[in-house]
Amino acid sequence: MKVMTRIKLEELRQRIVSERNPDTPCITVCAGTGCLASGARDVVAAFDHEIEAQGLEVELGFRSTGCHGFCEKGPIVIIDPEEICYLQVTPEDVPEVIAKTVKEKEVIERLLYVDQNTGEKAVHESDIPFYKHQERMVFGANRRIDPKSFEDYLAIGGYQALTKVLFEMTPDEVVSEVKDANLRGRGGGGFPAGVKWEIARNAPGETKYVVVNCDEGDPGAYMDRSLMEGNPYGVLEGLTIGAYAIGAHEGYVYIRQEYPLALENLMAAIEDAEKRGLLGTDILGSGFDFRVRVHRGAGAFVCGEETALLISLEGEVGEPKPRPPYPAVKGLWGKPTTINNVETWANVPLIINGGAAAYAAIGTEGSKGTKIFSLVGKIANTGLVEVPMGISLRDVIYKIGGGIPDGKKFKAVQTGGPSGGCIPEERLDLKVDFDELTKAGSMMGSGGMIVMDEETCMVDVARYFIDFLTDESCGKCVPCREGLRQMHRILTKITEGRGEEGDIEILEELAETAREASLCALGKTAPNPFLSTFRYFREEYEAHIKEKKCPALSCRRLVSYYIEPEKCKACLICLKECPAGAIDGAKKTVHIIDQEKCDSCGICFEVCPSRFEAVKRISGEPVPPPIPQEQRAVIRKSTQQ
Amino acid sequence: MTDIRMKIDGKEVRAAEGMTVLEAARSAGVSIPTLCHHEQLAPFGGCRLCIVEVEADDRKNIIASCVSQAEDGLVINTKSDKIDRIRKNILELLLAHAPDSPQLRELAEDYGADKSKFEQEASFCIHCGLCVRYCAEVKQENAVGFIDRGIRKEISFLPEIASKVCNDCKECFPLCPTSYLQAAFVLVESLAFPRGKATRA
Repeated sequence: MKVMTRIKLEELRQRIVSERNPDTPCITVCAGTGCLASGARDVVAAFDHEIEAQGLEVELGFRSTGCHGFCEKGPIVIIDPEEICYLQVTPEDVPEVIAKTVKEKEVIERLLYVDQNTGEKAVHESDIPFYKHQERMVFGANRRIDPKSFEDYLAIGGYQALTKVLFEMTPDEVVSEVKDANLRGRGGGGFPAGVKWEIARNAPGETKYVVVNCDEGDPGAYMDRSLMEGNPYGVLEGLTIGAYAIGAHEGYVYIRQEYPLALENLMAAIEDAEKRGLLGTDILGSGFDFRVRVHRGAGAFVCGEETALLISLEGEVGEPKPRPPYPAVKGLWGKPTTINNVETWANVPLIINGGAAAYAAIGTEGSKGTKIFSLVGKIANTGLVEVPMGISLRDVIYKIGGGIPDGKKFKAVQTGGPSGGCIPEERLDLKVDFDELTKAGSMMGSGGMIVMDEETCMVDVARYFIDFLTDESCGKCVPCREGLRQMHRILTKITEGRGEEGDIEILEELAETAREASLCALGKTAPNPFLSTFRYFREEYEAHIKEKKCPALSCRRLVSYYIEPEKCKACLICLKECPAGAIDGAKKTVHIIDQEKCDSCGICFEVCPSRFEAVKRISGEPVPPPIPQEQRAVIRKSTQQ
Repeated sequence: MTDIRMKIDGKEVRAAEGMTVLEAARSAGVSIPTLCHHEQLAPFGGCRLCIVEVEADDRKNIIASCVSQAEDGLVINTKSDKIDRIRKNILELLLAHAPDSPQLRELAEDYGADKSKFEQEASFCIHCGLCVRYCAEVKQENAVGFIDRGIRKEISFLPEIASKVCNDCKECFPLCPTSYLQAAFVLVESLAFPRGKATRA
């Protein structure tokens, strides 16, 4: 079944497209990691069963795909050609979807998206605000292809870019195209990919390598995972184009062991591409040879740093090496190596197909194209979003993300992964691109966006990320290993109310040392969680240190719980739930928290019925003394005025 | 051999192709402090004490001189307020591990580092890697290695190899700036190959 030539490939594409009637109903179930976690596997099984039971295999298309992005509302089911979008579908809904929507063209109201603010329902995917404001150039393919189906990828125009490159362009032209598109690395650094390619192309040596960095490790980020799971052929096509451009005949994909589905789909795609002659010798009869091997990473965050990744690929301990020499000159096994992350490679076919000019028309002066973000945290619509560079943070958070749930106030958004920074409310109109985020003291990173509300303590956020980095530091250089150890210790101290005068100065000193003197980018950017929160939320640090107060009422050691006597209805709920046995009370007797016994776990606050709201959190001020015994009787009438 | 001309602390310095900035400076009599550097070993770049400033355009970049190649036209400052401040900070971080290391105390005096700025750590290894790298690169035995990562990283002898080679060598002992190495060795020896047994085996 080897597709030997470009002509045969094109014929195959034509045949597949002509055999597919666009008016045939087709059900698509999102089976990305998010939807799988919400039960998509059972939904897929239910559809399989129902389709078989009703004998609909021929007249109804069915496909389970990679991530569609709207993970908050998974499992997602889309019925084409009408593009009807159902959310949070359960296996029990499946017979009805087939009976009503597929057969009778009737929309099932309860499965539609409902706007939380207006109450309006949206029938089509493109009507849902979450999708409406996105530009899904790269990520959009996920929804249209079964990741294991070469035919699907071919049907949406797959491998057209590779064919064009191999038969109509010289390697230099490909490099120029990518340079002109000003594609910048999506993995964190934002270095122009075309320049990297050019250096590797011009570097002396016969043997060269291309590498896919799929060692995505930022907490809460899963863009690369979803691309690799949903569209492995797209990444491979981009990689093959890059290999041709720099003159490499061997490529590696470094992928996290923790991404089993991405690994499975990638392996299947490689095997299939080899069988069809799209990887291996004499690709499409062009004379160009290229093979891809897969290396599974063992889960060290620092291996996402390119020099550490390459050393790990060679079989050594993943510790960064000083640059220069840069991998483009001296990389894997000392040979010129182009290493880009998954999303960067996935952009390449788009640039070749549409041309650099069209690509560069999207975005800002310094950042072109789109960027995929994982929008998580205190946000209504959790998920993966792809937006044009230059969109405002406010639009991402409010128009696409649907704002902050539970009526809480926005406080900050953390971008750029653990070594990124927090951006406050007053900077929300910032245009999202590489340079603007850096100017604001954060960074693009690989595209994590963690939204925080008013109940998030910014000192604790800094502590959390520094903790993560302390754990993930490779330990080779002193400013990072020892500096982070001390920063973590001081931040922990502050959040526990043991902060002292002078702590901030020491943190600033350690931050300077790490930023200026660390060996690799992990260490150099590691102080960012502290620096950016301190820059925008200095008063929170001061409140913790000077007043022993956590303004967000979040730091456990700084928060006391108090039951307001006039609000307590003596319902016994908190008393029963308190794990410390710190609550005294009885029926018709106002409950009182024994501050000595209280462990500040907050369970009483959580369980007190919202119609009473009797439990109050207090920080930085004394807890009122307990009311005298004789005043503790609850007289319902008098308290209800 | 092409000759490289650089300026270090205002002084014209000539260096040979392939030299590092540190080597070029030292050959010209400019001293730069180091802890993890050793002439017989490949540059490591771990302690970062050897940082210097490179003047480029109107910026000053900080680099580790032990892992940076000497290049024609480089303008280097080995001292500045910032460099001294960072070196002092690095020393203070290390003094939390080994407050009594003679080498560290001498440097601490030069830079005014406070040995009790940070809470005393349990281990006095400063992870310079001299023992590990000497054993690997010079002796090619790999009897001692690093295990784990980040703040849990430590040196450890491999009993299988150490029991055979260490008692006749111990060349790494004088390299250790803190004598933690000796302690680690005594520990592995007493646990895995008590004195006398190794030679009989």
